[in-house]
Amino acid sequence: MELQAVLMAAGGGSRMTDLTYNTPKAMLPVGNKPLMWYPLNLLEKVGFEEVIVITTKEVQKAMSTDLKIKDVKMKLDVVSIQEDGDMGTADALRHIQPKIKTDILVLSCDLITDVALHEVVDLFRAHNATMAMLMSKAHEFTETVPGQKGKKKTAEQRDFVGVDKSGKRLLFMANEADLEDGLSIRKSIMRKHPRMLIKTGLVDAHLYCLKKAVVDFLTENKSISSIRGELVPYLVRKQFSKTVNSQKLKDDTDDQTQEKNDGPANHELLISSRDEPLLQLAQERSCWNDHRGDMSEAYHGGKLRCYVHIMDQGLCCRVNTLAAYIEVNRLAPKLFEEPSVHPSADISERCQMGSDSIIGAECHIADKTSIKRSTIGNFTTVREKVKVTNSIIMHGVTIEEGCNIQGSVICSNAVIGRGADLKYCLVGNGQHIEPEAERTNEIIVGTDQLMEI
Amino acid sequence: MLNNLILSSSVARLTDGPERKDEIDRAKSEGKDLTKEEKQRLRKEKKQQKKIKEKKDDKASQENEKEKKPVTSAAPASQPPTQPTVQKAPSAVPATAPVSVPASEASVPADKPTKTKAELKAERRARQEAERASKQSKKGETGQQAATSKPKAPPSDLQPVVKRLPEHIQVDNPDVLKKLAKKLERQQIPLRSDYGYKVSLFSHLHQYSRKAPLTQQLSIPSTVIHPAIVRLGLQYSHGIVAGSNARSVALLHAFKQVIRDYTTPQNEELSRDLVNKLKPYISFLNQCRPLSASMGNAIKYIKKEISNIPSNCKEDEAKNKLLNCIESYINEKIILAGVAIAKCAIEKQKISDGDVILVYGCSSLVNHILCKAFEKSRKFRVIVVDSRPRLEGKEALRRLVQKGISCTYVLISAVSYILPEVSKVFLGAHALLANGYVMSRVGTSQIALVAKAFNVPVLVCCETYKFCDRVQTDSFVSNELDDPDDLIVTRKGTTPLEGWENESSLRRLNLVYDVTPPDFVDLVITELGMIPCTSVPVVLRVKNVDQ
Repeated sequence: MELQAVLMAAGGGSRMTDLTYNTPKAMLPVGNKPLMWYPLNLLEKVGFEEVIVITTKEVQKAMSTDLKIKDVKMKLDVVSIQEDGDMGTADALRHIQPKIKTDILVLSCDLITDVALHEVVDLFRAHNATMAMLMSKAHEFTETVPGQKGKKKTAEQRDFVGVDKSGKRLLFMANEADLEDGLSIRKSIMRKHPRMLIKTGLVDAHLYCLKKAVVDFLTENKSISSIRGELVPYLVRKQFSKTVNSQKLKDDTDDQTQEKNDGPANHELLISSRDEPLLQLAQERSCWNDHRGDMSEAYHGGKLRCYVHIMDQGLCCRVNTLAAYIEVNRLAPKLFEEPSVHPSADISERCQMGSDSIIGAECHIADKTSIKRSTIGNFTTVREKVKVTNSIIMHGVTIEEGCNIQGSVICSNAVIGRGADLKYCLVGNGQHIEPEAERTNEIIVGTDQLMEI
Repeated sequence: MLNNLILSSSVARLTDGPERKDEIDRAKSEGKDLTKEEKQRLRKEKKQQKKIKEKKDDKASQENEKEKKPVTSAAPASQPPTQPTVQKAPSAVPATAPVSVPASEASVPADKPTKTKAELKAERRARQEAERASKQSKKGETGQQAATSKPKAPPSDLQPVVKRLPEHIQVDNPDVLKKLAKKLERQQIPLRSDYGYKVSLFSHLHQYSRKAPLTQQLSIPSTVIHPAIVRLGLQYSHGIVAGSNARSVALLHAFKQVIRDYTTPQNEELSRDLVNKLKPYISFLNQCRPLSASMGNAIKYIKKEISNIPSNCKEDEAKNKLLNCIESYINEKIILAGVAIAKCAIEKQKISDGDVILVYGCSSLVNHILCKAFEKSRKFRVIVVDSRPRLEGKEALRRLVQKGISCTYVLISAVSYILPEVSKVFLGAHALLANGYVMSRVGTSQIALVAKAFNVPVLVCCETYKFCDRVQTDSFVSNELDDPDDLIVTRKGTTPLEGWENESSLRRLNLVYDVTPPDFVDLVITELGMIPCTSVPVVLRVKNVDQ
């Protein structure tokens, strides 16, 4: 077995609480499919047969009833963890360590992408890397986000990513938050890689290929709790650590049994395969070098290598903010060749429906309605003379006659009273909008939700 | 009666090709199936039409066939050879002597329609004795006649032997491509498609692009192909493992992992099943990058070792044995051979003080020799010749300078300017062919040619496991085409050849190997000693005898 897939679906969606206070993030509907269906579909298309899904009990329950998830042909091994426990992604990996038998591919449930996965995995395989990850050029979100007052805030803390001149080897990774005094780069890195490109406009897709040794390393080091925040920068730094390189000679002769007794963390990361001398011989005899101009051998003799694949075309989006959610609802359905109108929906003939709208199952759309550039969820009822433009309507919503909904997000089971006029609003779960209401740029949620901070 | 009818009609028809079909139809209509033997027989008859002069012989042979027909359909396969032997005799030589003998013998069976097996066997033996006798009295007989004298010569020997071309050099033949596609489909390996317009002289070879790796079409946790082999294939196609020795070592390393993870399925024998398991892996690696001669020899060795495992051997024992075999192969043929060659070269004063040695590209063996010579305090300097697009010389330069050897670096275009300074040329080899030609990186034959013109001795260093029994006299027939995109160069932000794919009249060629004739090579240093180029077939023969 080459790779095991791990899907992290326990995230709380802390940056879009308005959407997630009732529905867990993994089950948010995007294009009428639950959010976690997209990474599962990506894995299935590529040929995975089993996935370990780490999630909460709530999501597990929702998964068992969801039709789309039942459609997934892979074997889903669901591991549930405590919801209130502050478990980071690395903690979750530590939790499932007994199940991990080989190298892993870690995905987050909020990743929607059409990347050719073999590009990332090929880097991992060909260079015998410790870590390979996926990043993508960030795109500006063009849609207006409900509830945003004033100018759009600049993106939160940027990531500074340093790559070598081929654009594949990861040399430097830090978040703006950690760089208070400025960016400092070690001389040893500059000596080895004199040309380094530092990019800031990249989005981390949270897709990592990790060697099994890294998971074992995590079990020893309980202080690391987040893959993205702590493990990845640690690995990137460790590539150029002096102890790593000097251990190289010792590793060649070490047995696998001996490594288990070794204490220092460095050794754990560099577990050599049983035929290390042969690999060394092959590398020595090979006339290939990854760099030119200095006296050192391929990879500068370093055993720990981190690679990144930067996507510049195609869709790669992480749905962790409201803006991203809206954007993705626009783009995700284009990835699949599915009919935009579900066969079981009941749409009257006098309804004007744009071609880029999506209607879910068991919907009732009455006469004289106009639906443009919108997504309508399952079991929704739309009465006469309703105009829905640029909006996302989730499941089980009832929209009474004469409403005008523009650029809004209506969450599940909400009821919009007749004649309401909503522009750029977000209506929370189960909310009732009174008839003839006129709201613009507001977030309408229940009072019980307001108490949660 | 019916038989006679057929005879008379068929005699007339023997001379006419198309009417042969009628005979077959008639035979079919009679309810007799044309067995394989009969089809072969028919084929042979067509050939003999040109040689048959006497209708009587045909008639006689026809009688034989017709009577033998009911017998052959039930008889074992050994019977049909008797018919060809009968017919070959009249066909072969103008002399009538051998003809009359079988004719007379043929008439004997004509009298007795049904015969027992033993009697037929005795007849056959008598006929063969007669033929042998007649053959000895003849001179300059064709090979076909010789073949007929063998007791149970299979019919295929009697046809002119057609040497089949290997598939990988018949890419412009759509039938071969179809066959290859079918074979790969059976083994569940994706087919890699060719890229770009090829130069017409090399259109019979594959040309792949590095940007379209084979893994695109494989499932990611690869189940059909062992992960170690997928990794190896990727490293080959990216050029991370390059060089004859490195590729063989990496291949054997991957095979070790495959053997370790292998478990014999129920009702299967390890010796047979493991070989079958390796076949799709080898096809996969071939698709990633055509196999080298050294890899081919290593694979042959492994397959032989696997099939030699006794069936009563336990699985763990067998696996251990195989792993040890691989280890010892690498140790003997690569590591120790390298040490022996270095010792040979240094002790026999092939590298002496004050020498100026020219090397080309990056050969692991030549670098090893030079480093060892430097360690033994020989005073020499090295000139490294390099060529685009691979620029492997830079890596050789790095390794030599790291040791402390003083080096000069030139491109191959400067080789005739630098040769007056050179005292010896050391070349590495990818393979040594059976006719003494040296197959090596493209550019080697150039260097050897210029060196010959300047009367500089050329020494080729090669381990014996790279000797292969292929014969080649030119670099066109069997070669490798590398990714043509390597030829594109971006200087100061501009790429002159950008968008070349759209120009149908622009063809690019990136050759990998070329063949150097033995006239240009003065000596080959192997672990068996220093031999001339023409002794390669001797070494091969000795190796085959050993095995």
